[in-house]
Amino acid sequence: MTHLPILKWLRRNLVVIGGLATLAYLILPNVVVMVFSFNKPNGRFNYSWTRFSTDAWKDPCGVADMCGSLSLSLQIAFWATIGATVLGTMIAFALVRYRFRARGAINSLIFLPMAMPEVVMAASLLTLFLNMGAQLGFWTILIAHIMFCLSFVVTAVKARVMSMDPRLEEAARDLYAGPAQTFLRVTLPIASPGIAAGALLAFALSFDDFIITNFNAGSTVTFPMFVWGSAQRGTPVQINVIGTAMFIVAVVVVTAGQFIANRRKNSAKA
Amino acid sequence: MTDSTAGGDVRLTGISKTYGSFTAVHPLELTVPQGSFFALLGASGCGKTTTLRMIAGLEEPTTGTVFLGDKDVTDLPPYKRPVNTVFQSYALFPHLNVTENIAFGLRRRGIKSVKKQVDDMLELVQLGDFAQRKPHQLSGGQQQRVAVARALINHPQVLLLDEPLGALDLKLRRQMQLELKRIQTEVGITFVHVTHDQEEAMTMADTVAVMSGGRVEQLGAPAELYENPKTTFVANFLGTSNLIEAEVVEKSGEDVVVTAGGAKLRLPGGRCSAATSSGGKLLVGVRPEKISLAHRDDEGAVADGRNRVTGRIVDSSFIGVSTQYLVDSPAGSGLSVYEQNIERDTRLVPGAEVVLHWNPAHTFGLDAAQAKDAGVEKVEDAA
Repeated sequence: MTHLPILKWLRRNLVVIGGLATLAYLILPNVVVMVFSFNKPNGRFNYSWTRFSTDAWKDPCGVADMCGSLSLSLQIAFWATIGATVLGTMIAFALVRYRFRARGAINSLIFLPMAMPEVVMAASLLTLFLNMGAQLGFWTILIAHIMFCLSFVVTAVKARVMSMDPRLEEAARDLYAGPAQTFLRVTLPIASPGIAAGALLAFALSFDDFIITNFNAGSTVTFPMFVWGSAQRGTPVQINVIGTAMFIVAVVVVTAGQFIANRRKNSAKA
Repeated sequence: MTDSTAGGDVRLTGISKTYGSFTAVHPLELTVPQGSFFALLGASGCGKTTTLRMIAGLEEPTTGTVFLGDKDVTDLPPYKRPVNTVFQSYALFPHLNVTENIAFGLRRRGIKSVKKQVDDMLELVQLGDFAQRKPHQLSGGQQQRVAVARALINHPQVLLLDEPLGALDLKLRRQMQLELKRIQTEVGITFVHVTHDQEEAMTMADTVAVMSGGRVEQLGAPAELYENPKTTFVANFLGTSNLIEAEVVEKSGEDVVVTAGGAKLRLPGGRCSAATSSGGKLLVGVRPEKISLAHRDDEGAVADGRNRVTGRIVDSSFIGVSTQYLVDSPAGSGLSVYEQNIERDTRLVPGAEVVLHWNPAHTFGLDAAQAKDAGVEKVEDAA
């Protein structure tokens, strides 16, 4: 009789407990990275807790070449996002709105980069670049990144465009909006959540890509390549600092987005 | 109707639309007088929406010309035509609130101060308290009124309505019918209304064009169409008709005399839309509410000069204001009779032998070469 209330409570809160456990499973690695960014390890490896220190946070660029590779990765991610989002949005609109020859083939080919093993794609891209006599570096990395980000952007935008009522654009044209106005005032604002989702995905994918980048980078070193390289000789605490900073930026961006969306909803209700 | 400044009519001349080998609209001549409430009525796929979209400029006609007043607008894109549309699913912009939806047309034409006009429109459609809401926060009826306001604020020469009430439930639909009619009278703009609901067309419109298979079957005032259908499609699509296959016997004066199943029937020659040479076939039509029902025992009491047909009741359903009977007779099976429930004759039950009688003036004649059941509402179409 005494254990019954506990069982009852468990049963009632099973979903919450399960949810919290899953959340902990997801967040724990980030917490570890965060905690170890305040470590002061003995020796070169940051794998066991020694004592609390803010040294690494005070001097995040204290490790040779790390901030250079970080800046390069951010630049590549930025341009890859722009390129993939612009191209991907156009492809998505073309695939949904127009009927043309080979549309079905293109529709499935777009998914290929998502489905193909990355290492295969990396090797074949390298073969291609070498045969073309291209110099490996920033540009070959950027071209490769735009290529594999494209399929994610197309998928995200396509879903949004497909659910869009084509009558909305007809209504805009009926209400004195020319083709450019219709696109800017109606089509783009309505498709923008899909485009934003695609762009965010592209940025994240490009920023942390290792395999394809490693194959096609030549002597250029991006941030993931730097982390990989240094992990074999010793891991500086600064890597955790950068990781934590990226995590916080991402959380802030997402929270701000939610906050703005909620406020808009509430003000509309008032 | 009040303001008939010449030149404001919508005129379609020889307009048609084909998609590949399919002809959606056959060459069509149509004039919608300025200020009138005009309905295009027909079942789905009859070409009514395509016709509307050609007036809006959303569909390019294969042949023919669209005139607004004296101006040929056939080659103008929709955003250059003084015409606005209320779409079937309203097509409100989901990212804009009610005010911005309504102001959309004004802003696109570069008008900066829209507040006063938007407020006036909100008042006209009685939505003043909802100005800041997003479309998804409104009910169906409210969305519909925003769609009307968004179109009307531009003072178009013609307002096109594409099944604007189709998504509403029956009660709200009745209410919006009256409201649309009120708005039309208030603003005096030409309304062209597309609908598949014959009752809606008849209640709202001054003139109805009944369309079928990409052609206009008949055009006229609602009462005219109902009383004098020229084709079986119109006779069946607008309300219910009893169509009896008959043979012409003779012409006597103004009237035509025919026989059907042994019964002699008369009808006014002026209400015959087909040739009436004796021996020819004719479809004789009469509306169910025009027919009176008498028990066979009372046959003697039926006045002389009335058309009469004998039969047996096979089914009766009590509706409240009326009772609807289904009668099989030698002249035709499944004849409908609607009797007002004034003095109910308890002998009129299924199986009873009866006499159907009606005033010959209420009879019309149609060409027997047509399909008798054209335009009969199928069960799955009934909303």
